[in-house]
Amino acid sequence: MLSVNSYLYLSAILFVIGMIGVLTRRNAIVIFMCIELMLNSVNLSFIAFSKYLGNMDGQIFVLFILAVAAAEAAVGLALMISFYKNRETIDVEDMNLLKW
Amino acid sequence: MENIVIPAINLAVIAPEVILSLFALALLLINVFVKSESKAYLGYLSIGGIIVSLFSAVSGWGCPAEAFSGTVVQDNFAIFFKVVFLISAAMSILITDKYLERENCNHGEIYPLILFSTVGMMFMASGTDMMTIFLGLELLSVSLYVLAGFNRNSIKSNESGLKYFLLGSFSTGFLVYGMALTYGATGTTKLAKIASYVAQTGMNSSNLLLLVGMLMMATGFAFKIAAAPFHMWTPDVYEGAPTPVTAFMSVGPKAAGFAAFLRVFIVALPALKPEWTWLLWGLAVLTMTVGNITALYQQNIKRMLAYSSIAHAGYVLVGFTAGNAVGTAGILFYMLSYAFMNIGAFAIIILVGKKGEENNNVSDYAGFGYKHPMLGVAMCIFLFSLAGIPPAAGFIGKFYLFSGAIQAGYIWLAVIGVLNSAASVYYYLRVMVFMYFKDPTEEFSWVKLTPAFALCLIIAVAGVMIPGVLPGVFLELAQKALFM
Repeated sequence: MLSVNSYLYLSAILFVIGMIGVLTRRNAIVIFMCIELMLNSVNLSFIAFSKYLGNMDGQIFVLFILAVAAAEAAVGLALMISFYKNRETIDVEDMNLLKW
Repeated sequence: MENIVIPAINLAVIAPEVILSLFALALLLINVFVKSESKAYLGYLSIGGIIVSLFSAVSGWGCPAEAFSGTVVQDNFAIFFKVVFLISAAMSILITDKYLERENCNHGEIYPLILFSTVGMMFMASGTDMMTIFLGLELLSVSLYVLAGFNRNSIKSNESGLKYFLLGSFSTGFLVYGMALTYGATGTTKLAKIASYVAQTGMNSSNLLLLVGMLMMATGFAFKIAAAPFHMWTPDVYEGAPTPVTAFMSVGPKAAGFAAFLRVFIVALPALKPEWTWLLWGLAVLTMTVGNITALYQQNIKRMLAYSSIAHAGYVLVGFTAGNAVGTAGILFYMLSYAFMNIGAFAIIILVGKKGEENNNVSDYAGFGYKHPMLGVAMCIFLFSLAGIPPAAGFIGKFYLFSGAIQAGYIWLAVIGVLNSAASVYYYLRVMVFMYFKDPTEEFSWVKLTPAFALCLIIAVAGVMIPGVLPGVFLELAQKALFM
């Protein structure tokens, strides 16, 4: 039986991997996958805490986060498609029209 | 494991949100089934929905109540903010139709999307549980991602939507991680219970879970209110988004971010007040300075107003740092008057643009004040108010924010705020110099004032001047709305 700390460390490591991915990757879809990784690492934390504290609130929160992540995916992929239609790329380096 | 108890349902408390959601859903259907070239009728229907929701919200003034086992409350604080959101949504809708027609992007879905994001803001202001605040924030954000990229054929709008989406969901990750850690430290997601648990066990900043949770939540909220160093998305997204959406985005989400930020920090985390006060002090100084200095160099007026909105978030953070009744009432007063002056200024920006050419450079305003004297005067009123020159509402708001900081003993913070405010006069006055002291290069013959625009401008001018001349009434309302 693993202690709650192991789950929390795993979750923190996954969160940091996701964060580094967002900051270093150039493809919008890969960046979005990294964001999903961050959200799922948060879910892991919530479930570990919920089990450890014997309290259901965390697990309910996870269901909401999953639903929201699905909605975000729908909107985000749609935005990427409309960007791709105009520019034929989804590289974030090419998002360069707006700057000072 | 505890048993799950079905909570008492008290729909009256969330009636304004329910009404607005029903209107938004109905408008989506009407938009599909009614074949019509003009989509203006959808705008008027949504304004009808906003007025009904406004009455339903205001009727709860002074009768605090809670619903869904304390996850949503109806208190004066929430109602005050709901009024700000509804007013800014209605004013943005008034200026939407003509812009979309001009840009060949006349899709009726924009109105339901604005209503949905308003519902999200209302839940952020009335939520007293981290779950409701998170859901409100996401409803607001997901609708706004679509709104920012609404003009599908414009490359700039695409880019704006995608940038907002990537950075917005990145910051959401921080916010929920902060919520998870706070939940882990205290075992509950309800704000009031977090506070009582922390007080009972005598937890303080030496509890690493709680401290990191607080920092992560602050990051998430700072992103939403566009505070430096989390402001990088703001100018890009504001410039690329359709101008009515920019007007809405610069007011509503910022006010909603502040509402949730205030409630989470003041209700749930009073034990960490020494830590978060210093954090906010730093954020306020950095935000004001970065916003104002960068705004000095902007040639594009939408970008200039974006940096100015960053600076205004900094002024409001000054009131938040003060943390006393004067400063917090100042925040509420300031958000109300900021809604009027900013949307008014964006309405004029839409009028000056024409098809294909947005005319967003400051030099495009040369001679505008002579060609359209009334619009010129209105623009001057908005800019004077943004710069904080009396008797406009912006001055009174800043006065309360800074005097709150002085009362709380943050003299240097107030001094930095006043200096920043003085520097900001330069870039607001520059627009006026172009409007009145440069020879016109354009005829401005395309500028046509429609009744909807005129109404929006009249509301905006009244909203800037009346609280500026009679601040007592509005400040009393703001003070009654405090939950401290």
